[in-house]
Parts: sequence; C-alpha cells; structure tokens
Amino acid sequence: MARIVMFMAAVMLAFAVPSPVQAIDPDEMFTDLAQEERAREIGKQLRCLVCQNQSIFDSNAGLARDLRMVVRERITAGDNDDQIITFVAERFGDYVLLEPPIKQTTYALWAAPVVFLIAALGLGAVYLRRRQPVIEDGLSEAERAEAQRLLKGGDA
Amino acid sequence: MIVELGHYALCLALVAAALQAVTPLWGVRNDNVAAMRFGDSAAQVQFLATLGAFAALTYAYVVSDFSVRTVALNSHSAKPLIYRITGVWANHEGSMLLWVLVLALFGAAIATFARAVPLAMRARVLAVQAMIGVGFFAFILLTSNPFERLPLPPMDGQGMNPLLQDPGIALHPPFLYIGYVGFSTAFSFAIAALMAGKVEPAWARWMRPWVLGAWAALTFGIALGSWWAYYELGWGGFWFWDPVENASFMPWLLGTALLHSAIVVEKRDALQRWTILLAIFTFSLSLMGTFLVRSGILSSVHAFANDPERGAFILVLLAISLVGSMVLFAIRAPAIRERGVFSPISREGGLLLNNLLLAAACGVVFVGTLYPLLLDIATGDRITVGAPYFNQTFGPIFALVAIAAAIGPFLSWKRADARAIAHRLRIVLALSLLVPVIWAALTGWREPLGLAGLGLAAWLFTATLVDLGRRAGIGAAPIATVLRRLVGLPRSAWGLYAGHAGLAICISGVVAISVWKVEAIQTQQLGSPVPVGGYEFTLVDVSQRAGPNYQSSIATVAVSRDGEQVGLLFPERRWYPVERKPTTEAGIRTLWHGDLYAVLGDPAPEGQFVTRYYYNPGVAWMWLGATLMALGGLLTISDRRLRVGAPGARKVPVQAQPA
Repeated sequence: MARIVMFMAAVMLAFAVPSPVQAIDPDEMFTDLAQEERAREIGKQLRCLVCQNQSIFDSNAGLARDLRMVVRERITAGDNDDQIITFVAERFGDYVLLEPPIKQTTYALWAAPVVFLIAALGLGAVYLRRRQPVIEDGLSEAERAEAQRLLKGGDA
Repeated sequence: MIVELGHYALCLALVAAALQAVTPLWGVRNDNVAAMRFGDSAAQVQFLATLGAFAALTYAYVVSDFSVRTVALNSHSAKPLIYRITGVWANHEGSMLLWVLVLALFGAAIATFARAVPLAMRARVLAVQAMIGVGFFAFILLTSNPFERLPLPPMDGQGMNPLLQDPGIALHPPFLYIGYVGFSTAFSFAIAALMAGKVEPAWARWMRPWVLGAWAALTFGIALGSWWAYYELGWGGFWFWDPVENASFMPWLLGTALLHSAIVVEKRDALQRWTILLAIFTFSLSLMGTFLVRSGILSSVHAFANDPERGAFILVLLAISLVGSMVLFAIRAPAIRERGVFSPISREGGLLLNNLLLAAACGVVFVGTLYPLLLDIATGDRITVGAPYFNQTFGPIFALVAIAAAIGPFLSWKRADARAIAHRLRIVLALSLLVPVIWAALTGWREPLGLAGLGLAAWLFTATLVDLGRRAGIGAAPIATVLRRLVGLPRSAWGLYAGHAGLAICISGVVAISVWKVEAIQTQQLGSPVPVGGYEFTLVDVSQRAGPNYQSSIATVAVSRDGEQVGLLFPERRWYPVERKPTTEAGIRTLWHGDLYAVLGDPAPEGQFVTRYYYNPGVAWMWLGATLMALGGLLTISDRRLRVGAPGARKVPVQAQPA
C-alpha cells in the first residue's frame, strides 16, 4: 500500500521543478561521525521518489527526509549497508535504487557497455584488416638509389 | 497586431522553407542555375521571416501582452526586463521558436557565406536544411503556436520559474541550440553528398567549419548549464546524468567523433562512409534530444513540457529523417570509394580508434538514458539508471578516449614510427605520474580512483605539451626559431592543442571535486566559526532585503585560513511571491584551486541558522577546460584552410556567372 501511495505521489510530482536544497537537516544528523558518513553514503544510492533524479541525500523533499530517517533508524538498529538498501528496495521497489540491480530485466543494460566496447574495437580491427593493402615500406635498393639521385637534383 | 504579424511571418517562413526544399533540387536535376540559386534567397527569406516572428514574440513578452497565451502562462509584469526577454525561450513554444530560428540562421549563413561550396552542392545542402525546417515549422504552427491569443486575458501573468530567472540559465538554451541544431548542417551536407553520390576531400572541408562552430557552441552551452546547476541548485552538484542532460551530451560525444573523422576525409580521402553515418546519427541524436525534452516523456530536472501530441509529432519527424537517410545511405554508400591507405598505427588509425571509443561511450549513454523508459513501456517494471551506473560504465570508456587523445597527435599520417612514439610516451608517463604522486604525498593515498583520474588528466596534458614542444623544436632549435615556429603554427594546430589541453584540465577539475570535496552541515550561531577543509567559516550577519520581484534573506559569511581573512561570502535565500517559490543563491568565492561555497538554510531557534559550507576543489578548472575546448574549436575554424570564404578547391561546371 505504501508503495502504491509512493508511486502515485511520484507520478503526480514527476514534473515539478526541483526546489533548491536544504537537504540534510542538522538535527537529523548522527553525532557519531562514522555513522553519519555511512548514512550519507547510503543516501547517495537511493533516489528521492518525488524528485527528478535526485538522491535522498541531495533532496529537501519531505519524502526524502522520511527515507533518510528510515536509513538512520536501520543504522541505529545495527543493520549493515546492504541490508538497509535491501530493506528500502523491498518496500519501495527497484525504482528507488540509483544503481539498477542486476536482474533478469537489466542484464541487457549491464551488458551493453561491454558489448559496445568489444563491438567497437572488433569492428575497427575487421575494418583495418579488410581494407588495408598496407603499403609496405618496400623500396628496393635500386629504387632508393634512384630516389636519392632525383632528390639531389639529378636529371629528371 | 504585431503578434499577428509574427504569426504571419512564421507561416511565411514555412512557405519559404517548402519552396527551398524543392526548387534547388529541381534545379540540380535540370541543370537550371537560377533554380539552384533560388535556394540561397529562400534561405535568407526564411531566416528573416523567422527572425521577424521571434521579434514579435519577444515584443509580446517585453510589453507583457497577457492576451497571448504563452506570455500569460510564463511571464509577469513585475519581472525585470532582462528576464522578460529571456523568458521568451524559457517555455515550450518560445524555445521551439528559438530552435527553428537557429536552424534558419544556419541555412542563411550557408547561403550567404559558403560561396566556396559549389552551387550544386550548396543547392542540395540548403534543400535538405529546408526539409528539416518544413517539419519543424509545421510542428510549431500545428501543435505549439506561440502566437495563440486568449479570449479572456488575465490581469497579470503566472510568472516564470524563479530558478530560471538567472543569467546563466538564460544564455544556456541559445548556446545549446546553436550547438545541437547547428549539427543539422552536418546532416544536410551528408545527405547532399549521398544525393550527389560521391564524397571528396573538399566536401569535408566545406562541412567542417559548420560542425566546428556547432560543436564549440554546444561545448560552451553544456558547460553553462552545468555551471548554473552548480551555483543555483545549492549543493554544488554540476552533472546529474539526468536524461535531459544526456540528451545534449550524446550529440556532443558523436559530434566530437564527427569532427575528428572529417579530418581523415579531408586529409586522407578515407572513412567517408563512416563520416556520413556519424553526421546523420549526430543530428538524429539532436532530434531525439528535442523529442525527449519537448515531449516531457522523461521526468527530470529540466522537463517542463508535457503533451503527448507534441511528442508523437517529433517522433514522426525523427523516424522520417532516420529512415529516409538510411535508405539513401544503403543505396548510395556502396559506390563511395575510399582511396587513402594507411597502416593501423597511424594518425588515421588513431582517429579511427577515437571515433570507435566515442561511439561506444555515446552508445552507453544512449542505453542508460532510454533503458528505463523502454523497460517501463515493455514490462511495466520501473527502474532508475542513475549516476552510479554511468560512472561505472561511461567512466572507463571515456578514460580510454582520454588515453588515446594523448597518443593521437604523436602519430604521423599513413604510418607512424611505433618505436619513436613509445619512447616519447615513456617520457610523458614518467612526467604525468609525478602529479598523482605529489598529490598523494600531500593528501594521503586513500583515494586510488581519484589519483588515477588525476594521473589521466596529467597524462593528456603532458602529452599535449610535449607534442607542442616537439613541433616547435624545443631542445633542438634556438629559442628564436622555436618562437617563430610557434607563431607560425597553423590555427588548426592551436585548436588541437587548446582542445586536448582543455579536456585534460576539465577532467582534472571533475576528478578533484568528485573526490576531494569537503562538506559541513550545521546549525550555527552568529559569530561562531566552523572548520571546512582548512578554512574557517563564520556567520557574521543575516539581514532582509527586497529585490525587484522577490524578498531575500542575505547572510554575510567571513572565511579565514590560519587566522587570515580570505573573503566574504553572501549566500541568499529568496522568496518569489508571484510564483510562490523559494530559491537559494549560493555564496561563492572562486580561488584558483577551488571554490569556497556557502548556502544559507532555514532559521533555527535562538537566533541560529542552518548553514551548509563546502570547499569544492578544482571547480574553476572544469569551466576553464570546457571554455578552452570551445575556444579550440573556434581557433580551428579561423584556420585559413577552413575559412568559410576561402576560394574553393575546384570549379564545378554548373557554376555560372550571376545573371
């Protein structure tokens, strides 16, 4: 249910222009620096559902703050980073992950860069091999002598 | 009345474009010089008419004529004059009008200045340019008429998003459009060559100045947009891999490849078919970008239009141009002969590698941008492809581009001396390793990726300098000779060095801010200092002020280092009552090594304030590098060889004296 509400909110607000940011509020912050650092690293990997391409770390939206609070609660509860991200993704869907998970529907997405790189280099190699009647250095001694003679201004 | 004249001028432009799309081609077919020349005049008329339409809309904004629909929806009488003018293109209708204005501008410029291009070729180019024009004039008139009147005009307008009331973002669209609409010239030249059925080296020379100009403007436009995001959105972000940013970045990547492959066509009579394909795809990506932004199909920072009818129209235009050009390519390309031969290790080989890598990088951005959209349509599964994906996939491929960019200029045409180059590269490598090593000695070894990035930037920068030194004969010739050679270097050589050095500088800035940024968020009392990366930020004062159409809280933040004052920052929070929206204006002080950046937050109890402070290293380097790249493009255009008015290489039989 929460998920549906989230999505409806996301759709409604999808085209709002972002507000300037007062994202993280000092009174939500951990006093423990290591915990705060963790909370921010996790926050950078989660998308603010009502914003345009902002992480909850960067966003000042109320929902982003709520999500940051969830992250902070899980940290306090002693979860590790992966558990927290899984926890959030289970409730809000993969849409919340800025880095898309590797799963059946994203194999092609993750394979694309490798395929493109190999294809580009492969095509280049094939092209070079097929078209190149490379002119080998190949001047014979006689030709070289003739060239020297011409260069020195011998009779043409 | 003026508004109606504007509407009329726009219809006139459509008619001019329609005639220009047909008549010159008829002239080429029937060897009719007058009909071919008609293209020149039509292009000029088309431009003047579009300019008239644009001026009329601008007038409506300036005088705040709220009976015009777009003015009522997007402007307000209290807005300062400058933003009433820039507001013309800060909405869907006006920005499409700017789009066609730039398109017509390029057509008219070719008609007026590209006299070196043989008449038959120019006629074809202008005809193709006009075909694009017909499509987009029709688009505007049928779906996005900026001159539409309201039956009941409101007393005042609804205002413009205050985030856009800013000089940086006001100039961003014109440069961006000169860039990606300017790539239409590449498309037109490519289609014209396919129509003619042959591609000769001179063709690339005719095309290159236009592509270079467009590319330089696009480079600058992207940098401008990124700069705006940096200072206006208030957390120092400069690039978000947002679909709409990607929409302008993809043509940039492929356009960069196109610039380089056109050199091979011009100098070595090779890679013609590839260059033609690149020209077609570069502009197709521009069209796709227009589609993505204008259809509002993506939810993102910049999208402000949302109308499926418009999207479908642009999609049809894109399909027509893509299918049409691919069919033409399939018919004509097999007859195009490549004559130049070269060995794999050669300048040509290097440029080919550059092209393939840039194409692969562009492909990654393409997939990353469209994948969530297509997946949603196909399966209903919603995913986000955000910065982490692009950093991991685009990053390494672009690193290869930068590595290759350093080596390329060392290679001689046809066949390079691998051993001599390996020797030079060892020197470059040794020198460039110094940078990350020294940096690590100063800041620690904690960030291996950041250090690698700095090394990469240093590698490209050093190689560029070494090549420049070699060409000038530093170490081998007396100083006077070196200086004379430097002065005598062709402008295009300077363009190369400026472009590559600019890229290196830009990379170093991006790496520095991404890895070594320092941030402090706190509730702060007046007068108590906060340490941020070696600096101390003290909130001195917060006062209220009234702007032309906003109220503002403005803070004074004093920054010092080791007890010495470095400067004052004035971050602001503005409230725009008409639009009922707040904005933040960051207080920024740019030092050569980085920016001091302050953002004022909400008031807290007991006279305290929430503040966010940053030290952002390398920021100025990003903009400097990008500007240098754009400048490199302009330098190359100014090279004598490419000068638009320079005499053509050969005369074409059909060229006749003016009547």
